[in-house]
Amino acid sequence: MKRRNVLAGLAALFTAGCTKIGKTDWFADVIDATGRLNRAAHRALGGEQALAPEFTKADVSPFFRGNGSIDVDTDAYRASSANGFADWQLSVSGLVQKPLSLSLDEIRALPQRTQITRHDCVEGWSAIAEWTGPQLSTLLAMAGVDDSARFAVFRCADTLNGGNYYESVDLLDAHHPQTIIAHLLNGEPLPIINGAPLRMRIERQLGYKHAKYLTGIELVASLDDIGEGKGGYWEDRAGYTWYAGI
Amino acid sequence: MKRHALSTRIWHWINALSVIVLFMSGLNISNAHRRLYWGDWGFDPSTAWLFVPRFPGWATIPNYYSLAGARDWHLLMAWVFSLSLLLFLIAALINGHLRRDIATRASEWRVAPISRDIRQHLRLDFGGHSGRYNSLQKASYGLVTLILLPLMILTGLTMSPAMNAAWPFLLDLFGGRQSARSIHFICAWLLFGFFIVHVVMVLLSGPIRQLRDMITGGHRDEAA
Repeated sequence: MKRRNVLAGLAALFTAGCTKIGKTDWFADVIDATGRLNRAAHRALGGEQALAPEFTKADVSPFFRGNGSIDVDTDAYRASSANGFADWQLSVSGLVQKPLSLSLDEIRALPQRTQITRHDCVEGWSAIAEWTGPQLSTLLAMAGVDDSARFAVFRCADTLNGGNYYESVDLLDAHHPQTIIAHLLNGEPLPIINGAPLRMRIERQLGYKHAKYLTGIELVASLDDIGEGKGGYWEDRAGYTWYAGI
Repeated sequence: MKRHALSTRIWHWINALSVIVLFMSGLNISNAHRRLYWGDWGFDPSTAWLFVPRFPGWATIPNYYSLAGARDWHLLMAWVFSLSLLLFLIAALINGHLRRDIATRASEWRVAPISRDIRQHLRLDFGGHSGRYNSLQKASYGLVTLILLPLMILTGLTMSPAMNAAWPFLLDLFGGRQSARSIHFICAWLLFGFFIVHVVMVLLSGPIRQLRDMITGGHRDEAA
């Protein structure tokens, strides 16, 4: 028992030091550099447009877990939901030549992609489901992205702990063939817990990038002035890395 | 001749530091979802094969629950760990460490020499400091450096959705992301077991000399 206490004491001392280092500015800079290194390494090893593995219907998990926001607590959302989201509009705005505002019917009328993919939560669990929707690249082509744009920001209807949920990716992931705006989950309209009526699928990154309750896509040159400047709700709030490919 | 080559010594200490950080930050990550599954997917208690206990703050990096903070340390140290292991293995191939000290010969896999080594260990007789490894040392160092440590890297990469796109064969190799996660966890605890036995052996076999030799290199007693 005494030896175990010695080991625990040494571990406690060691992690106290690490915890202190983890709060320094230079450590944050090192972590930012690691994120850029991870992104560069992944794209160098697989190619910039490597596809996430796709599965068959037999692999689909029996239920798709809802996590984070699992509802939107506003009267407007409840009314829209009761009405089958007939009045839902998705905007494409910011650094584009022709801003768009699309209804669900217009989104369903676009060319669709259906993919059975695995969803990985940063916490460690995974679920497999079939998603259907237009590719984000289709909408970006319709709107005409300005040369000055570098990021696509996803605006959402939900709030979590009092903050507006949002996310962002670079234009390479925005144009990835599997980056779709899903309105169907396993062939049915998205359930509310999974982001009804629209959610992003960013298949090569972790779940928190897959913004739910999507209301708008904004093309920007910099993330500095959005939210608290780190590119997403969890990035701002909890320090999750902006690049979530691992 | 030095008992430990310079490359071995540098790697030993970098590896010790990075593996300890990886293990302790990994325990914090484990606290985020304390169930393990086999196959591609898993989120529900009904399909879990193991319910993992919550690890206390003194055992995790940082010393409170922070998935983001733990992932920062884990993904940073994964680079240090992987690159240093790669360089060490290349150096060990070139300088003969693997062939001379780690590789076993068929003659060593007989019952008699192995049981002799086990009996010697049980008597806490570690055969002096000849610099030559006995069969138990060869087997454990070989298992750790050539199997467990590379498995940690490969199963770690298999949990990355971006790496799944880049190298999908890793998923086939381990039978899915959740299987890779389970193997990652099992191998981490096997490495912890190695760490404990390794430290106990050092303490029982002249810790001052052992530590000094792993820093200065020491001398290999060719006559032994």
